[in-house]
Amino acid sequence: MNDPKNGMTLIVKTVTRVTVWLIVLYGIYLILHGHLTPGGGFGGGVILALAFLNIMLAYGRDATQKWLNIKFLEDIEAVSATLFLFMGILGIALGGRFLMNFLPKGTPHALFSAGTIPILNILIGIKVAMSLFLVVWVLAGLHEEEGGKK
Amino acid sequence: MILPYFIAIPLLSAFLISLIAGKKDYWAILLSTVAGASLLILSIYSMIVQNGETLVYEMGFWKVPIGIVLVQDALTCLMLVLVSLISFTSLLYSVQYIQHMDRNWKYYALFMLLVTGMNGVIITGDLFNLFVFMEIALLSAFALVAYGGKAEEYEAAFKYAVMGALSSILVLVGIAILYSATSTLTMAKIAEKVPSLDPKLLFWVGGIFLAGLGLKAAIMPFHAWLPDAHSSAPAPISAMLSGVLIKVLGIYAMIRLYFNVFGAPELYMNIFLVLGAISIILGGLLSVVQWDMKRLLAYSSVSQIGYILVGLGIGTELGILGAIFHLFSHAIFKSLLFYNAGAVEMALGTRDLRKMGFLGKVMPVTSATSLVGGLAISGIPPFNGFISKLIIIIALIKADAPVYAILAIIGSILTLGAIMKMQRYGFRGETEITKITEKIGWRMQSAMILLAVLCLLSGLLLLPGIREAALDPVVAVLADPGQYMQLVLGR
Amino acid sequence: MILYLMCFALFLVGVYGLLTKRDLIKLILSIAVMGYAVNLFLILFAYKKDAGIPILLEGVVQGSMVDPLPQALVLTSIVIELGTTALLVALAIRLVQKYKTFDITKIRRLFG
Repeated sequence: MNDPKNGMTLIVKTVTRVTVWLIVLYGIYLILHGHLTPGGGFGGGVILALAFLNIMLAYGRDATQKWLNIKFLEDIEAVSATLFLFMGILGIALGGRFLMNFLPKGTPHALFSAGTIPILNILIGIKVAMSLFLVVWVLAGLHEEEGGKK
Repeated sequence: MILPYFIAIPLLSAFLISLIAGKKDYWAILLSTVAGASLLILSIYSMIVQNGETLVYEMGFWKVPIGIVLVQDALTCLMLVLVSLISFTSLLYSVQYIQHMDRNWKYYALFMLLVTGMNGVIITGDLFNLFVFMEIALLSAFALVAYGGKAEEYEAAFKYAVMGALSSILVLVGIAILYSATSTLTMAKIAEKVPSLDPKLLFWVGGIFLAGLGLKAAIMPFHAWLPDAHSSAPAPISAMLSGVLIKVLGIYAMIRLYFNVFGAPELYMNIFLVLGAISIILGGLLSVVQWDMKRLLAYSSVSQIGYILVGLGIGTELGILGAIFHLFSHAIFKSLLFYNAGAVEMALGTRDLRKMGFLGKVMPVTSATSLVGGLAISGIPPFNGFISKLIIIIALIKADAPVYAILAIIGSILTLGAIMKMQRYGFRGETEITKITEKIGWRMQSAMILLAVLCLLSGLLLLPGIREAALDPVVAVLADPGQYMQLVLGR
Repeated sequence: MILYLMCFALFLVGVYGLLTKRDLIKLILSIAVMGYAVNLFLILFAYKKDAGIPILLEGVVQGSMVDPLPQALVLTSIVIELGTTALLVALAIRLVQKYKTFDITKIRRLFG
């Protein structure tokens, strides 16, 4: 992990190790409160992706690849997109229209309220985080493999 | 209501392909073919049961000015059938073609996203939603053009992507101005408010949209990217791009905006006529001089798009009928010709007409269907191309525009010349070719035969009885532009 | 008014770059600048003087609010631009690998 050849200096690595969890926490906070405050799935997802990118920048792409299962991230991305679509189709099944808000709305300003919106926010957050991270990941690795396709 | 499924099915199959396909292509092929077939069945079914009515689907039960609406009228149904038909044959054709290119499941996922984007553009009734679906279709089209992984393909895709991004920005500016003037994004609502707007503002917005959508439709001054992108893409994608993508993103969006939203203003109808005539002549001239088979076909697409624009620009019912019918028939025969070109490229390894010869012996199906497609595109009687061009020319003469009629006839002769060249050198040349590198499988052959039969049969759409059911409601949508607004808003 | 003019000037910067620059990366940047100008335009006409944020907060009674819809549109268009830019960059990397140059005028094997 602390291989001096890969990535940046020890200071950056140490600071990253401390702060990356705070960034992840902030991203999760934004996603969960998407229906109450500014932010939401996209903003929180971008911050989550930045946390991952932070690791990649600090430790180098090769070192990150060793303990991060990229294929698994790709699968999570596809699953979250599929689940989003299923929520839309569930809306047809239970409410009669695509993306119908079929759950009880609850009281305004409570964390568990607004029906399906928090669920959709979480799914979008995961999708955005994974795709944004993977886009940068693939672009960073594009110069290494010759001839393949993104 | 089956309307949202036109978006949900291809989108779901795209996600599922990327999820479960893994290293095996088998699942990807199966899933995408099932999705394509079910879309075809659904679209034909919805065309039959739709019966000239306008159906409005409010997403999530949000009422018209607030939420996004999906609108299904006769034109929507026709376009959906067209897209599903071409994408289904293209998928059939892709199976062998893509295997030959030694590529994997990503192709099918991108293909399904392309279909999603086009279906979305067709069924949406919301201006910004239209833009979003356009972008989905365009982004997957960029990636698919570059799919082969050769230097020229990256170059064409980059050019296409720059042009596409520029056109999207222009469309977004137009949408922004329209929203600031009317404070709504539902197309029917905007149409309701258009008469009270400043004519100067409409003039500028129309111009911006013309530049943006013209770039997507590759009308003559904006056509530079089309020959590169359409000739570099893999053959089934060329067929999709030339056959339906430029029509859905360009022509269909223009129809919705200029006819149903702006109410067919005189000025823009005249601009359509002029730009269409220029496209016909210059596209025809440029296609005659090409030696690359796919490039020749790509330039002739520019010319045929000109016919559709001229037909729309006349503004009479007959002209619109001609334009709609030409849109339909061009999608069929142009896709067929691109399939032929792809088959020849696969068998001989070249697209250069000078290196080809007599192919009738080794590739009988390909050369026979290419003859059908060629005759149809150049307007020889029993085929659909003849009928549609004839209607447009008669409409031009009836509308007192003989100059345009003559230009249209000249354009038709130029197309005939280009196709004669392709047939003469490409399929019926002197040197007999006996050896081909790869046999054309049954899937590719059946895709070509299906479209060749449709070239002949789709002329039947004009028979009395069928015409009243299939084409007249479509013409009515355009001939009375205000009707769309009233039907969607339900008053 | 001055704000709209400056927004238009930003757009023109993008157009200028797109028309005159020959470097692949600069072309991509020009497109991005044009996109930002349009996004800024969308935000600008949603602005209302002395209006509050378009969010219902607990215990706060809102007077007039700025128009929230263009902000949602801008978010969507930013996502789209992100996708376009990523694709353009990927294509540019491949182009540089194949042609060994950043100059767009030297990347022309297609013609006619």
